[in-house]
Amino acid sequence: MMLSIKNLHASIGGKEILKGINLEIKAGEVHAIMGPNGSGKSTLSSVLAGREDYEVTEGSVIFNGKNLLELSPEDRAREGLFLAFQYPIEIPGVSNVNFLKTAINEIRAYKGLEPMEAKDFLARLKEKQKLVELDGKLANRSVNEGFSGGEKKRNEIFQMAMLDPCLSILDETDSGLDIDALRIVAGGVNKLKSKDNATIVITHYQRLLDYIVPDVVHVLFNGKIVKTGSKELALELEEKGYDFIKEEIGA
Amino acid sequence: MANEILAEQISSEYKYGFVTDIEADNAPKGLNEDIIRFISKKKNEPQWMLEYRLKAFKYWLTLEEPNWAHVSYIKPNFQDIIYYSAPKPKVQLNSLDEVDPELLKTFEKLGISIEEQKRLSGVESRIAVDIVMDSVSVKTTFKETLSEKGIIFCSFGEAVQEHPELVKKYMGSVVPYTDNFYAALNSAVFTDGSFCYIPKGVRCPMELSTYFRINASGTGQFERTLIVADEDAYVSYLEGCTAPMRDENQLHAAVVEIVTHKNAEVKYSTVQNWYPGDKNGKGGIFNFVTKRGVCLEDNSKISWTQVETGSAVTWKYPSVILKGDNSIGEFYSVALTNNHQQADTGTKMIHLGKNTRSTIISKGISAGFSNNSYRGLVRIAKGASNARNFSQCDSLLMGDKCGAHTFPYIEIKDKSAIVEHEATTSKIGEDQLFYCKQRGIDNEKAIGLIVNGYCKEVLNKLPMEFAVEAQKLLSVSLEGSVG
Ligand SMILES: Nc1ncnc2c1ncn2[C@@H]1O[C@H](COP(=O)(O)OP(=O)(O)O)[C@@H](O)[C@H]1O
Ligand SMILES: [Mg+2]
Repeated sequence: MMLSIKNLHASIGGKEILKGINLEIKAGEVHAIMGPNGSGKSTLSSVLAGREDYEVTEGSVIFNGKNLLELSPEDRAREGLFLAFQYPIEIPGVSNVNFLKTAINEIRAYKGLEPMEAKDFLARLKEKQKLVELDGKLANRSVNEGFSGGEKKRNEIFQMAMLDPCLSILDETDSGLDIDALRIVAGGVNKLKSKDNATIVITHYQRLLDYIVPDVVHVLFNGKIVKTGSKELALELEEKGYDFIKEEIGA
Repeated sequence: MANEILAEQISSEYKYGFVTDIEADNAPKGLNEDIIRFISKKKNEPQWMLEYRLKAFKYWLTLEEPNWAHVSYIKPNFQDIIYYSAPKPKVQLNSLDEVDPELLKTFEKLGISIEEQKRLSGVESRIAVDIVMDSVSVKTTFKETLSEKGIIFCSFGEAVQEHPELVKKYMGSVVPYTDNFYAALNSAVFTDGSFCYIPKGVRCPMELSTYFRINASGTGQFERTLIVADEDAYVSYLEGCTAPMRDENQLHAAVVEIVTHKNAEVKYSTVQNWYPGDKNGKGGIFNFVTKRGVCLEDNSKISWTQVETGSAVTWKYPSVILKGDNSIGEFYSVALTNNHQQADTGTKMIHLGKNTRSTIISKGISAGFSNNSYRGLVRIAKGASNARNFSQCDSLLMGDKCGAHTFPYIEIKDKSAIVEHEATTSKIGEDQLFYCKQRGIDNEKAIGLIVNGYCKEVLNKLPMEFAVEAQKLLSVSLEGSVG
């Protein structure tokens, strides 16, 4: 088991947002988490990534045999956890290339590896840029600064490709993308998929799931996973809306 | 914290070599005419130089220490300072190889790596260095290579001896001794510094660099720099500064003057890392400096670029007087304060000529309990038609115990002027830090990245080898200040 979440409760400012999440993910799998706005999807990804504003009050998370909740956010990243942010952050004056080089070498240092050779880095840069059809100019610009919404999302997937994580969480990567950009981003994610890594795709539209086909679909509602099924569950949600879930669970 | 470690390393250098010799060549403490005569005699100066000093001293006696800057400190006791201290070794140094290797190591650590530059580039090094330790110049490198082009680059003392006509002509022409309290004091007691003259039509083939170092305890440092670029000349000049860690406050009151003739250009870059005091605000350098350039003739240009991370109290406004028509003045500054440091720094752009242009980019970073002020004057005189100025003053706050202040003064006496001023204040974002951490970058490295990104416009103006050191310095100076 790559990721095993048991009875996870988390709150912010004394307000409980996650109310007992259980989730198991194996290498090679793609899981989709769907749910209406405010149900706690971004909270779950933030808690997994180690954002300090949230307090975990109960439960456990084991990631590749390690107690994830004991690790600092940077060590979680170095252990191979990647979060594609719903709202990517701008860092003025820091070029994408410099940012990624720093990140890659920090991750390598954690694993006891030497910094990456410049020519290997450049080769990887070129290859991955192609994968998400990222304009070469964007790679040299400051991290996300002045990027359009779609460019920011594409840049997240580009970073994911560069860092080659073990578990990727894509938080509404589809929002703000037009259909062409969506196809490119989804294509990139699919190409990066292997039997050794896993992906959590957070979305509230089933549209993305036409391109990134999930093995399992979960419905998150009011801080709990209320339904789990196959990819057909996403279609059913699309058709009937989230109200049918509410009815089913008697909310 | 890292500042202290760094400073400790620096101070520990002085267990060796120089220290034993320093005692022998100190002036007694205090300030009076006899001390000034002593300094002048030590330096074997001509009568006119002594007279200049004495005039300045008499004038200084009539002045009061200024207190308009946004800083507070216990005023130095001018009778408690040693005004002349020479780290004169018993054996005369003939080549760089004879300089104390520990001293060279210190310079290397702080970015002025003479050894490395020599090794990497052999004789054709791109940097010539003058090292001023306490009061006297220790070593000027590459003098011969430069003199082939007619460039004079030597210690100020040497210039007084060998080029008195140039010194007489230009010294005090930009910063007269009547300019202000510290300029008057400097004019009375200055002990050494650098002198540089680029003759007509010569582009200086290498960066010229002066390295200032306060070493001995109880001393003040009062150096003068004078740079003259004759018609069509160009030079890029670098200045680095450090001082060991001491409990006492030490005074540094320098004067820098730049003169550019027709079509000439001078780029002056400073990385200032005087000891800032400990984390409780004890000790550190008082840096009260007057730096000014005059674009004397048409189409000339002066740029100041400074990265300021050191000193307990800084009071410094590198300025440009745009006298020649079409002349250009630039000021690019990063001022970082941490712990209890106080900085009041900025620039003055005085537009006198027609079609003169000036640019001011100031990036302040405040952390800890520090106070960081930008103070800038843009004056467009009557008749300075079509003058333009653009100013951008950004402040970055780290934590909520520090302060950032902006004091822009704009005086426009000519209607055709276009003056733009932009100012922003921001906080280093938790979101930015978390984003970096999520990519595997730890807190300190993330702060370094974000701060260097914020300063990029200024760092880009520095010569390559200086920019790398400045970047490291910014990160080191902020270590442990957030999170
Ligand atoms: N910083 C915060 N302070 C208080 N409540 C918050 C904060 N962040 C999110 N919440 C609340 O937590 C709930 C879940 O938010 P979120 O995880 O962003 O939902 P989703 O991503 O599913 O739309 C919402 O009710 C939201 O208002
Ligand atoms: Mg969300």
